[in-house]
Amino acid sequence: MAVTQLVGAKIHRREDPRLITGHGHYIDDFTRTGTAYAAFVRSPLAHARVKSIDVTDASKAPGVVGVYTARDFKGQLAGTHPAAPAFVAEKKYVPERFPIAEKEVCYQGEIVAAVLAETKGQAADAANMIQVDYDELPAVMDLEKALDAKSPKAHEGAADNVCWDLAYTGPEVTEAAFKEADVVVKQRILQNRLAPVPMEPRGVMAEYETYDKKLTIWMSSQNPHFIRLFVSGSMGLKESQVRVISPDVGGGFGSKISPYPEDYLVPALSRMTERPVKWIETRTESIQNATHGRGQFYEVEVAAKKDGTLLGMRMTQYLDVGAYAGTFSAFQACACLMAGGAYKWKGISARTIGILTNRVPTDPYRGAGRPEATHLVERMVDLVADELKMDPVEVRRKNFIQPNEFPYTQSFGLVVDSGDYEKALDRALEMAGYQDLRRKQADMRKQGRYLGIGISTWIELCGFGPSAATAPATGGIALVESAQVRVTPTGSVIVYTGTHSHGQGHETTFGQIVADQLGVPLENIELRHGDTAEGTAFGYGTYGSRSLAVGGVAVSKAVGKVIDKGKKLAAHMLEAAEEDVVFEHGSFHVKGSPDKSKAFGEVAFASYGMSLPQGMEQGLEAVAYFDPPNLVWPFGAHIAVVEVDPETGHVELQKYVAVDDCGNIINPMIVDGQLHGGVAQSIAQALYEEVVYDDETGQLKTGTLLDYNIPGIGEIPAMDLDHTVTPSPTNDLGVKGIGEAGTIAATASVINAVVDALSPLGIKHVDMPASPDRLWKMIKEARN
Amino acid sequence: MIPAAFEYARASSVDEASKLLNKFGEDAKVLAGGHSLIPLMRLRLAQPAALVDINGIKDLDQIKESGGKLHVGALARHVAIHGSSVVNEKLPLLAEIAGEVGDNQVRNMGTMGGVIAHADAAGDYPTLALMLDADVVTNRRTIPARDFFKDLFTTALGPDEIVTEVVFPVANGPHKYVKFRRRLFDWAIVGVAAQKMNGGWRIGLTNVGPTPVRATAVEKALHDGAKAEEAAQHASDGLDPAGDLRASPEYKKHLARVLTKRAVLQASGQAEGKQ
Repeated sequence: MAVTQLVGAKIHRREDPRLITGHGHYIDDFTRTGTAYAAFVRSPLAHARVKSIDVTDASKAPGVVGVYTARDFKGQLAGTHPAAPAFVAEKKYVPERFPIAEKEVCYQGEIVAAVLAETKGQAADAANMIQVDYDELPAVMDLEKALDAKSPKAHEGAADNVCWDLAYTGPEVTEAAFKEADVVVKQRILQNRLAPVPMEPRGVMAEYETYDKKLTIWMSSQNPHFIRLFVSGSMGLKESQVRVISPDVGGGFGSKISPYPEDYLVPALSRMTERPVKWIETRTESIQNATHGRGQFYEVEVAAKKDGTLLGMRMTQYLDVGAYAGTFSAFQACACLMAGGAYKWKGISARTIGILTNRVPTDPYRGAGRPEATHLVERMVDLVADELKMDPVEVRRKNFIQPNEFPYTQSFGLVVDSGDYEKALDRALEMAGYQDLRRKQADMRKQGRYLGIGISTWIELCGFGPSAATAPATGGIALVESAQVRVTPTGSVIVYTGTHSHGQGHETTFGQIVADQLGVPLENIELRHGDTAEGTAFGYGTYGSRSLAVGGVAVSKAVGKVIDKGKKLAAHMLEAAEEDVVFEHGSFHVKGSPDKSKAFGEVAFASYGMSLPQGMEQGLEAVAYFDPPNLVWPFGAHIAVVEVDPETGHVELQKYVAVDDCGNIINPMIVDGQLHGGVAQSIAQALYEEVVYDDETGQLKTGTLLDYNIPGIGEIPAMDLDHTVTPSPTNDLGVKGIGEAGTIAATASVINAVVDALSPLGIKHVDMPASPDRLWKMIKEARN
Repeated sequence: MIPAAFEYARASSVDEASKLLNKFGEDAKVLAGGHSLIPLMRLRLAQPAALVDINGIKDLDQIKESGGKLHVGALARHVAIHGSSVVNEKLPLLAEIAGEVGDNQVRNMGTMGGVIAHADAAGDYPTLALMLDADVVTNRRTIPARDFFKDLFTTALGPDEIVTEVVFPVANGPHKYVKFRRRLFDWAIVGVAAQKMNGGWRIGLTNVGPTPVRATAVEKALHDGAKAEEAAQHASDGLDPAGDLRASPEYKKHLARVLTKRAVLQASGQAEGKQ
């Protein structure tokens, strides 16, 4: 019999034919009979007191079902917006947040009223007729000024604007390192605020059945089980009364993890009106209200010896929390824990300060904390190299954690499970033709041209994540993952996972794992996810590159249990001892007698029959949970080559090489796809994207895709990708996550390349985005 | 992202369109390609009471040479202008510019007349029309381009007046349009067009003021024998551009000079093309 192995094969995504021919089912494809449409009135001001809301005209407008303000929701919804402490143990001040503002609005876009109407257009028209009278208050927009005792407060009556302030490690842990140092380099590094802009904006539809007291919510979410938990609690319903269905999801990048005000308001409106209610976010609402990412600056100093040995780092993260603590905003503080990167240090002093401002809240955005860590450490290593006139490659080599040192306990006690950093770097240097590039750079400099080569040897922690580490951060729910595998009487297999793909291709990769393990064709396997009423008891969602390394492993364990039961049954059918039965290539046979066998399908059918061994229950199914013993630690080496036009400041990205290691690879095509997207998104941060608010008024200036510069195919170069494979010892599949790798790696390589290009002018650092106007100004100033 | 309610009427002739505009009054707008108007309506930054759709008017998309001039119909789409053999032969600079407007979707829908009548400061055709002394022909009269563009989004058009064609001189000598932008499908941060014509240079600037600008000081310097580098220094003479998210006024003036130099050098075959 021909043996085919699917794991490791470059097979096409099973979901693509459906999605690219328009046969997917996204949130706006769902409608219920009798649906009313919601539109929300949002504050045009960043900070104001709400004096009065006049709904008279709107209430009389054509098609209007009702107009609602905060007071109407008071009896419907209870509690405040959930905010997990995550990696930050000490919460200082978390402002109360009700899904709709009553007396004070704290960011432009905060909801003050809702309209329900028979059509979307009527709802939008009526929303425009609502007159809100505001008393404008000063807006807190500058992170540093916000910390001044005299600063206005992001919330009236607050003692200060500090959401959290935590030193993971004090200055004492780096005292010796800085004393010993031959050189100390310092840099302030900005992380531009980014809007996630998934291709599919958010949307919620809810139907409350009054008689049964049952609530069904359809929404575009990465995390349906958590939404059920939060919304049921707020509405005074049991979790069992609420079903959340997240169908095909058109991208999330982290912005569809946490609950949003509309996720509570739309179900409440349905319960109030006894009608299905639907709301689909507009693009401008999405840029304005979906949680933003990054929005930080860092003060960093690094001590090193003159031979390039890194000694110590002192860093402080200043993080723009926005107007309210995002549910997982404190997770972004993991930038501190990862600030050491791929290198050995004597000590790192790290402090994080979360600062409240009058902007939309920040929350995890693809990479969340790890791109910031990579960017800062990779920039600092280049600054050390520049200071010591060393090749940045050599400084990296000198300080890498070595392959024989894993598992390696880093500065914050996290255990890096595996790695071979130099191997990935060597391969990337070879692919890029590093020595030739350096020669070319020298020649071009003689002609007044500015070629730059930038390196990023990134590492990541992902796969959340051990129950012991995550339960304290989520209020007691450990981030593990669950799976259920059910085999039907005719041998087809239904796999339920608590993760939920929003573009990752789980139907394909999870299918590959199951198909190989069971020896059944991929077509016989169906993956179900995203519906809290189907399958696993609780799912933990998809984010933090966790689906395969936690959810995929849980699936594999559940399949293992199914095989175990199958063996028992097959032994009974073959009249052999259980320990003599082996399962290979989709059939059970007696050790040494391959002809004495039962196919998987036969065993599946028999499991629903009457001739079972004593005490065995019918059916062939299993549930498994996987609580990983550690996080997983992918890594890689990226090299960017740019030429900067000194007359215009334009950056031409000429070459991009990436060698990544995510352990064993299930589907190389999906891994490459994740890298293409991630690197593009990271190039976007480095060169193009930035959410801009007016510094004084707090008005969002980049509210459309005309102003918010998402790069397109014309701006992203072809990428040369390769991989090294260092299996993770943390799980049986030897896998690590890859969903965020590109965004974690690429800003550093691109910006290092831009700085390298401009280094003959004495430029040592460039902030993001490295836009032509910013670079032109820097070049002009450097030349004067 | 849902426009306010509006009336809609489709005209089958220019006369009918004009009558419809009259009927609906001042708040009516002509709908051609719609790629500027409809996004504005979706954001409710424009709330016309009525749209008069002229897409069904026959022959308004004609492109032809007649009387030694290039006539481009108001409904000629960017994609048609870009690919037109007449345009490529008689005014290749226009074909080049048409090929760089927006993206494929925009080029398939957007029209000559729409760009001219909308008069966005970042529009590319108005620059060309101005610098080449083109004529804007309407259902009532012929307006020289230099009298047509009045201010930001403001033209000489009357309320029921419809652009029917734009008439350009023939010019197929050295030419170049350098369009500086962040993204391939963006509007110009600054654009500079250079066209050699009747022994002299015509230089036009995009997005450095509320209307397109003809850089006459550069033209004169080149005429007087200055090198491109020197002449281009005059490109920012008298400019007072507004700053925006992408460029400060100083940067725009700087770009006007750099891009003018590049446009002239590239047009004359003395430099490789880059933005």
